[in-house]
Amino acid sequence: MSEAKRFDAIILGAGPAGLSAGIYLSRAKKSVVILDTGIAGGAPILTTEIANYPGVKDALGYELAFIMKDQATTFGCEIVDNVEISSLSLKDEQKEVVTDEGTFVAPVVIIATGGVPRTLNISGEKEFNSRGISYCATCDGDFFTGKDIVVVGGGNSALEEAVALTAYASSVTILHEFDHFQAFKSAIVDAEKNEKIQFIMDCKIESFEGDESLKGVKISDNKTGQSRVVPVTGAFIFIGYLPNSALFKDVVTLSEREEIVADEAMNTGVSGLFVAGDVRQKRYRQVTTAVADGTIAALSALEFIER
Amino acid sequence: MLRTNLKHLNSDEELQSFIKENENVMICCGRMGPMCIPVYGAMEQLEKNEEYSAVKFADLDFDVPAANFIRLHPACRMFTGLPFTIYFKNGEVTKATSSIQTKKQVSGVLDEVFK
Repeated sequence: MSEAKRFDAIILGAGPAGLSAGIYLSRAKKSVVILDTGIAGGAPILTTEIANYPGVKDALGYELAFIMKDQATTFGCEIVDNVEISSLSLKDEQKEVVTDEGTFVAPVVIIATGGVPRTLNISGEKEFNSRGISYCATCDGDFFTGKDIVVVGGGNSALEEAVALTAYASSVTILHEFDHFQAFKSAIVDAEKNEKIQFIMDCKIESFEGDESLKGVKISDNKTGQSRVVPVTGAFIFIGYLPNSALFKDVVTLSEREEIVADEAMNTGVSGLFVAGDVRQKRYRQVTTAVADGTIAALSALEFIER
Repeated sequence: MLRTNLKHLNSDEELQSFIKENENVMICCGRMGPMCIPVYGAMEQLEKNEEYSAVKFADLDFDVPAANFIRLHPACRMFTGLPFTIYFKNGEVTKATSSIQTKKQVSGVLDEVFK
């Protein structure tokens, strides 16, 4: 078995929070490795265009992510993509992360594992994934040109993407479980004034129906219980994110939403263990807030290492 | 042009000869989009690590005319999620997947169709 690789800090997750932490720590001449279970870049890779990141005008999500990655490696930060973590030991003075790419040991770990799109977990969702069901309007919108589709959800993403999808679809029906939206007023107004968009509120999504591909969505009215099938060939699901915190549930405190609880210095309460980005309990999730979290976590970690 | 470190197939001629001249082929046909980039990343890593040295990896821009061969292929007929990833053995399609795939999922398919 190969020897453990030792670093000053291990960062779990190579999104904006993890990469920012990596930039700060490696620029401070600390040895840092960032481990990611996918590829470096995080949530911005899942975004087509980012227009509100100060200093970078109208960048494509992947371009911004690639710049951050490049910046981190330039300072000496090591990034290991597509690792599979088999075990973690985070409470000891020397923390250990065991992966298929070897064992990594450091006195500091920063958790920046972000989140994944929430799924409905209902009948037909897996079966018709990429055969009618999608979680990315910018990727798959043009497959539904001239088609009738539904968008599931009531937050900003659902309403903004529904409007974007009207560029392709004949009609977009928004299905929402409540009788009101959680989105900002401006997003609601934009959706309401779009002639291609209809709304079915206060309903439950029962199942996705079809044969080789999606043919309809079975819904029931929350008040009457009456069910019916909405005939569509496309369904886009935007019902929020789930924090990637399951690996840490026995080590740190999780909120009701399974986000990691930390103080304003990003301390988790476990010595040498910090958190940053979308996996942390907080109200706003933006690239800018993730970067801020990563910076604070790195500075706190630096103070911890040099104490 | 896709911004990856994979071999880029740009024309139908290149695509057909790549399929014909190599026994085991994996081609990812997509854009520089959210669901595509992770698949290119997995392929780049598998190619770099030489874990599947008997497999030839390449990408193909979804919006160039040569992509019609994959876009319209019967194996991809029902796909509605980018990228379309297609596997060939001795010139014949053995598997096709749609949308994002992790390295583990890609490895699983490579094991299934080429080992």
